[in-house]
Amino acid sequence: MHEASNGTGKSPSDRISKLVEDIPRSGIRDFFELVQSKGDVISLGVGEPDFATPWHIREAMIFSLEKGQTSYTSNLGMPQLRDLISDYVDDFFDVRYDPNSEVIVTVGVSEALDLVFRALLDPGDEVIYHEPCYVSYSPSVVMAHGKAVAVATRPEDDFSLRASDVEAAITDRTKVVMINFPTNPTGATQPREELEKIARLIVERDLLCITDEIYSELRYDKNDPEVEDHLCIATLPGMRERTILLHGFSKAYAMTGLRLGYACAPAPIVEAMMKIHQYSMLCAPITSQVAAIEALENGAPMVEEMRRSYEGRRNLFLSRIEEIGLPCFRPGGAFYAFPDIRKTGLTSSEFAFGLLEAENVAVVPGTAFGECGEGFVRCCYATAENKLRQALDGIERFVARAI
Amino acid sequence: MSSHDEIDPLLRLLQKDARQNATTLAALSGGDAAGIETQLRVWEEDGTILGYHAVIDTDKAGSRNVRAHIEVDLTPERGGGFDRLAARIARFDEVAECFLMSGSYDLLVVVEGADLRQVASFVAEKLSTIDGVQATSTSFQLKGYKQNGFLTDLETEDERLAVTP
Repeated sequence: MHEASNGTGKSPSDRISKLVEDIPRSGIRDFFELVQSKGDVISLGVGEPDFATPWHIREAMIFSLEKGQTSYTSNLGMPQLRDLISDYVDDFFDVRYDPNSEVIVTVGVSEALDLVFRALLDPGDEVIYHEPCYVSYSPSVVMAHGKAVAVATRPEDDFSLRASDVEAAITDRTKVVMINFPTNPTGATQPREELEKIARLIVERDLLCITDEIYSELRYDKNDPEVEDHLCIATLPGMRERTILLHGFSKAYAMTGLRLGYACAPAPIVEAMMKIHQYSMLCAPITSQVAAIEALENGAPMVEEMRRSYEGRRNLFLSRIEEIGLPCFRPGGAFYAFPDIRKTGLTSSEFAFGLLEAENVAVVPGTAFGECGEGFVRCCYATAENKLRQALDGIERFVARAI
Repeated sequence: MSSHDEIDPLLRLLQKDARQNATTLAALSGGDAAGIETQLRVWEEDGTILGYHAVIDTDKAGSRNVRAHIEVDLTPERGGGFDRLAARIARFDEVAECFLMSGSYDLLVVVEGADLRQVASFVAEKLSTIDGVQATSTSFQLKGYKQNGFLTDLETEDERLAVTP
């Protein structure tokens, strides 16, 4: 957008870097603004838990502030926290990282993502990732001067990632394959067999792998023998030396606003990330690191309680959406459902805007997460039961009129 | 309130909202609606579920009733301890709640009356006169902040941004 010069030089909007200018406007942002302008909307468009951070964690933060714990920490993160992270990752994901050289604490997984791309990518290096996906993946690659190569996942695969699709996207510039399961926005989980194929492919072609594990604790149907346990790609043969494991506290511990995440990777990669982090952030906020320590030491029971609560609401959502007649595959993790709205004949945008207008219910168009999200909408079920029911009633009325 | 205790999750769901129907309860707890109906009947029969009631903010409902907490000292009885006396006191309609307590007194009795005078006369005429009641100490509830797990009058709005990625 270029405004006319008033004769005293270029306007601010003419001075933005080409790289940033070219990043498309967030698909979610327009919808967000519309929702904000309407009062009294029941929103299933949220991307965070509806729990406050558990009290024992908040209390630990408050206590640390009372004690005056407000200074910088080591760039890599407080040593005690890195020790706990190393133990946790070993316990939960079954892969061991040295807390002194292979773990870095970041300002959310978002920062870790930014660091890893800036540390790894030379201009033109390609990163393969799967869509529909979290809105910041592709822009983060672009901002690091890389090329983001999207692989579409398919409804018939319940949006899991096919190794053959990854293979078809590999070029001689491909440097990294990035995965995120359970996935935002679909709630998809990745079958073991395909994950193993993708790992073998990555090893064969000597690529790197980034795995965003942010929703890994939030998996459901654990008593169902047909449902596989979570498998971290870093544990597969040949993968540990080429994988960057990203994780954080936002979703499992309801610490979204506290901005605390981490990356585990071979020492040279962490060292490179640290080079950037030490100058750009210096360290993650100390109070949030204190929160993370408390979370890892004592947070497991609350995580389980929250997980069970999400699972109940997922089941409620799915049974109602089935009654309403919209196909929706059973999401194995995260707190999103991705119903198929194609039978209404509306596009994702038309559905979302129409539903908002007619029933004051907000869901996010699937296209905000990639073109292959067309025909779907993302519904967050991390919402109070009565609000969920009201929202579903609104969806039911809207769908009945549309079909 | 952490509920990773021994109590059946279904009972916890009912405590939060007893008006949820069996289908909703089934979806939330992973059971089936018919099985849940049966379980509820069993619990109602054996007294695990004592009853269902709406938790009301009495101020908002326009009530001018007073609620008093009475600390009662009892003489324990041979062969029965405090049970017989406590049961007798609990049976009064005016008594809303009644608990045996550790500490400096024996029985906590919560009484509701139309006004201060009515409560005072209950204590003086009906409670203190019971053989075995040694002493009573009455204090009056002034303002409610939370009851049965429900906050009254405090902000409980969902403060999250309406749409986030």
